[in-house]
Amino acid sequence: MRYVGVNSFADAVDLMGSEQGKCMILAGGTDVLVQLKLGLVEPDLLINIKAIPGVKEISVSSTEYRIGVAVSGAELGEDAGLKAEWPGIVEAMELIGSTQVQGRATLVGNLCNASPAADAVPALVSAAARVEILGPLGRRKINVKDVTIAPGKTSLAKDEIITAVCLPRQQKNSGDAYLRFIPRTEMDIAVASAAVNLILAQDGSVQSARVSLGAVAPTVLLVDDAAKALVGSKLDDAALEQLSMACSAACSPIDDRRGTIDFRTKTAGVLACRAAKIAFQRAGGSL
Amino acid sequence: MNVKRKFKVLGTRPVRPDGVEKVTGKALFGADTYATGMLHARILRSPHAHARIVSIDTSAAEALAGVKAVITSADFGEVDSEMTRDTMHNCMANGVALYDGHAVAAVAAISKSVAAAALKLIKVEYETLPHVTDVDAAMQPDAPVLHANRQHRSVVAGTPGNVVYYCDFGHGDVDAGFAAADKVIERTFKTAATHQGYIEPHACLANVGSDGKADLWCSTQGHYNVRLICAEIMGMDESQLRVTASEIGGGFGGKTTVFIEPVALALSRKAGKPVKLVMSRDEVFRASGPTMSASMDIKIGMNADGKITAGHAKLRYQGGAFPYQMVMMGAMSAFATYDLEHVRAEGWDVMTNRPKMISYRAPGAPMAVYAVESVIGELAAEFDLDPIDVRILNASREGTKSSYGPTFKAIGLVESLEAAKAHPHYSAPLGANQGRGVSCGFWFNFGGQVSVSMAINADGTVNLIEGNPDIGGSRASISMMAAEELGIPYEKIKTIIGDTASVGFSDVTDGSRVTFAVGIATINAAKAAKAEMCKRAAKTWGIDVDAVEWIDGAVHPTGHNAGEFPPLSLAEIAANSGRTGGPIAGHHEGAPDKAGVSFGVHLVDTEVDPETGFTTVKRYTVFQDVGKAIHPSYVEGQMQGGAVQGIGWALNEEYIYGEDGRLQNAGFLDYRIPVASDLPMIDTVIIEVPNPGHPFGVRGCGETAIVPPLAAVGAAVCAAAGVRLFELPMSPPKIMAAIDAKK
Ligand SMILES: Cc1cc2nc3c(=O)[nH]c(=O)nc-3n(C[C@H](O)[C@H](O)[C@H](O)COP(=O)(O)OP(=O)(O)OC[C@H]3O[C@@H](n4cnc5c(N)ncnc54)[C@H](O)[C@@H]3O)c2cc1C
Repeated sequence: MRYVGVNSFADAVDLMGSEQGKCMILAGGTDVLVQLKLGLVEPDLLINIKAIPGVKEISVSSTEYRIGVAVSGAELGEDAGLKAEWPGIVEAMELIGSTQVQGRATLVGNLCNASPAADAVPALVSAAARVEILGPLGRRKINVKDVTIAPGKTSLAKDEIITAVCLPRQQKNSGDAYLRFIPRTEMDIAVASAAVNLILAQDGSVQSARVSLGAVAPTVLLVDDAAKALVGSKLDDAALEQLSMACSAACSPIDDRRGTIDFRTKTAGVLACRAAKIAFQRAGGSL
Repeated sequence: MNVKRKFKVLGTRPVRPDGVEKVTGKALFGADTYATGMLHARILRSPHAHARIVSIDTSAAEALAGVKAVITSADFGEVDSEMTRDTMHNCMANGVALYDGHAVAAVAAISKSVAAAALKLIKVEYETLPHVTDVDAAMQPDAPVLHANRQHRSVVAGTPGNVVYYCDFGHGDVDAGFAAADKVIERTFKTAATHQGYIEPHACLANVGSDGKADLWCSTQGHYNVRLICAEIMGMDESQLRVTASEIGGGFGGKTTVFIEPVALALSRKAGKPVKLVMSRDEVFRASGPTMSASMDIKIGMNADGKITAGHAKLRYQGGAFPYQMVMMGAMSAFATYDLEHVRAEGWDVMTNRPKMISYRAPGAPMAVYAVESVIGELAAEFDLDPIDVRILNASREGTKSSYGPTFKAIGLVESLEAAKAHPHYSAPLGANQGRGVSCGFWFNFGGQVSVSMAINADGTVNLIEGNPDIGGSRASISMMAAEELGIPYEKIKTIIGDTASVGFSDVTDGSRVTFAVGIATINAAKAAKAEMCKRAAKTWGIDVDAVEWIDGAVHPTGHNAGEFPPLSLAEIAANSGRTGGPIAGHHEGAPDKAGVSFGVHLVDTEVDPETGFTTVKRYTVFQDVGKAIHPSYVEGQMQGGAVQGIGWALNEEYIYGEDGRLQNAGFLDYRIPVASDLPMIDTVIIEVPNPGHPFGVRGCGETAIVPPLAAVGAAVCAAAGVRLFELPMSPPKIMAAIDAKK
């Protein structure tokens, strides 16, 4: 295995383009290093991107937040503006691992590891976040939703790299929330999870919603029927019941050592309702 | 009961001697020893649950640059004793891989990465065989049998071959007892295999010299036992194998045998160099010993007033790939808490294609007691009786003929139950979706062989060498007992764990025996030293030794007739020892056998989320009779640790096997021990009913605390969720399934 530290994304793209074997990127390394140690991956080239200028920065414009690819969970949590605007995303990221892991783990690493249970991804999908990608043909932007295509697989070409996460500015009267279920209180992998992002109308009812689910399908699901269940409501019992049913209906989980199909399907609905209530209150709604 | 003695040192809480080294990272654990020219070893393990090893081709691995030795079972010789042979074959498969993770070959190389590369070059041809991992399936007549003709004579003829041991304890006539009951409940329970979960993986460094002598450093609960087993496997004299126990990062019974030490020794002998072998966590789960899983039928009869009329337990334990005898402990413990006229406990030990079980804290007791206590709780609820009152009514007391035979001497069960009932926890109000559980538990405790050697230094300090690895603060407790007996401050004493060449044989640190047995040997060694010091004082004064006596750390004349001399302190006698006959020492070797049984009562409140089945442990209090708490902090630590391990066993810990017979959760991510944030502070109440068999009243306290939590948490969860569960762990999917089934 060759280990290279690069000073620009362009160099990373060149290196990956000329490497015959398998390439991996070392962001926080909290997935990569563990997988290396367990012998689960054997890359031929490992590229450290943390010395590239700007990768540790969060910048904000009138339209979006731009989050560098080496910003750790702990750093994300220290950005007061971001936390106030997108508490669901920040909380999702902060759920990852322990204090030690928080010092390293990144949003993009979580996304590109492409686990169906990745904690930061549902909230990013609900927020309609996008990522910026550099490849030999230049830059492009895609929805976070389209990055993961199967467990462990992304849509990125072998010589493409993500250069930033772009998060729209949150609108007025809106709120987001993320909840996961684990059998313990920390240091575990989501058995089911749900993220809800809501915008309220003048009258306090839901004007638009994005509901996504994790760990209940090969990739994170954006559930349109779940959003429809909420729109126009003030989260009355009937709307929540609809939401729960729509979520459960969308699930196609597996039975494994972490949970049964039945359990995951039901829990996804329960979490979606609870997350919807938090998002609703954050948007200024009262229950 | 003994009149309670006043102590100066016992019952205080000095800092443990190994504390600073441990918190500053200086302590040397199993993997922290290095030797010049040391090689690194790795073990190749079977990916199959059960497979004949048709051939192993190691030539490519041997040819790899940097590889210094490759071994298979062909590198081990014959061994006479069946037990040691099984241990050897567990360390290295002999013709048949018996479980997923069973060692089939090992390499020693100049680096870890070369060793890892070499493993991939070893070609093993397997012929897979049918496998069985469930205890009930393994007891079926058509189940694949792991070893033919290995049934103990206790097993009834015609019993399927995987059943290797049977036992039957009790007295009276249970059928008559059930016939007389107002209500009889019969239930079937299942519990999963759990791992001790020690944080330090098995690790050792072996160095076999060209003269055939060897040194071995390892993380173990008993280095004399390691020496015994390894010397036999290696065909060495015990005197030529010196074993040093490292500091130990947890054992809980899991380090009472060997898994890698013979492999490291064999590699070192073949390579002619020191060899270090450290298990990964994955290997610890797959190839060290978890405890047994169980399937159990419990039948108990009770009268409306709460009196138990009879109890019958049938325990079927799954203990992995080799014959073993451990269900006996469960059968003896099952009803030990109760004074019963009619009682019977039967047990079956069963082999399966899983790693061979090894002791885990009160081995065999927690699951049996879980099942029995759960039914007693259900019966108490049936008659609307207070669960503690029912237990007090039926409790074993001094003079009770126990369910397993012996008659109890002074014991502290009723005291523990009464303390629990009077505690504010028991009457505290419960919130919504919360429930409270109570359970008793029991453990035998143990004496065993022990050696202690004590030197009185010329400056009045004391060095003490004992042979039992310190897994719970015992060096502090031993120093305290020496200080109490010698009448000098704790700080003047240094206790170390000697290697096998420095002090006499000592049994393994298990059975909650160390503070009891090493304590007695320490007291006797101190008495021997005191007797010598009396002689020296008498000699100094020129009077008869009968005319002096030891009082509070000094020798005094027995009275005016003996002569008027100012007392001579230990320090004064020690300072003068060079002129009165040379160094002063005391030692004791023995096998104390009056260990006192210990009972405990646990109270727990849980809250269950009715929509997800998530359980939160809200409050937990442990009451336990420890006889005498030498160092109360370390006693409390044992009580808390046992409770926490039991909580894990009750809620989430389990070995999960797939259809293919492979372990699916060989890591701490999916083998879920509780993390700190899962737990409330575990409160403790120490009960002290002295053990008449120990000069200070010590019983032993390390194991009892893991026995009650399974049923206590079980009862609390059932009460909180409004369902009854009969299977551990009570993971959220199982709780939800029960809640949904009730709707
Ligand atoms: C103890 C522990 C606990 C954990 N708990 C959780 C948890 O609760 N929830 C959870 O979701 N995860 C958890 N994880 C997994 C991990 O921490 C997260 O997925 C984390 O966000 C990964 O980020 P990273 O920066 O460390 O990624 P890395 O390990 O550096 O990289 C991960 C993957 O992303 C790729 N990659 C990284 N950066 C880029 C880029 N710029 N462009 C393209 N590809 C890239 C890498 O090639 C690699 O495949 C845990 C891990 C550990 C060790």
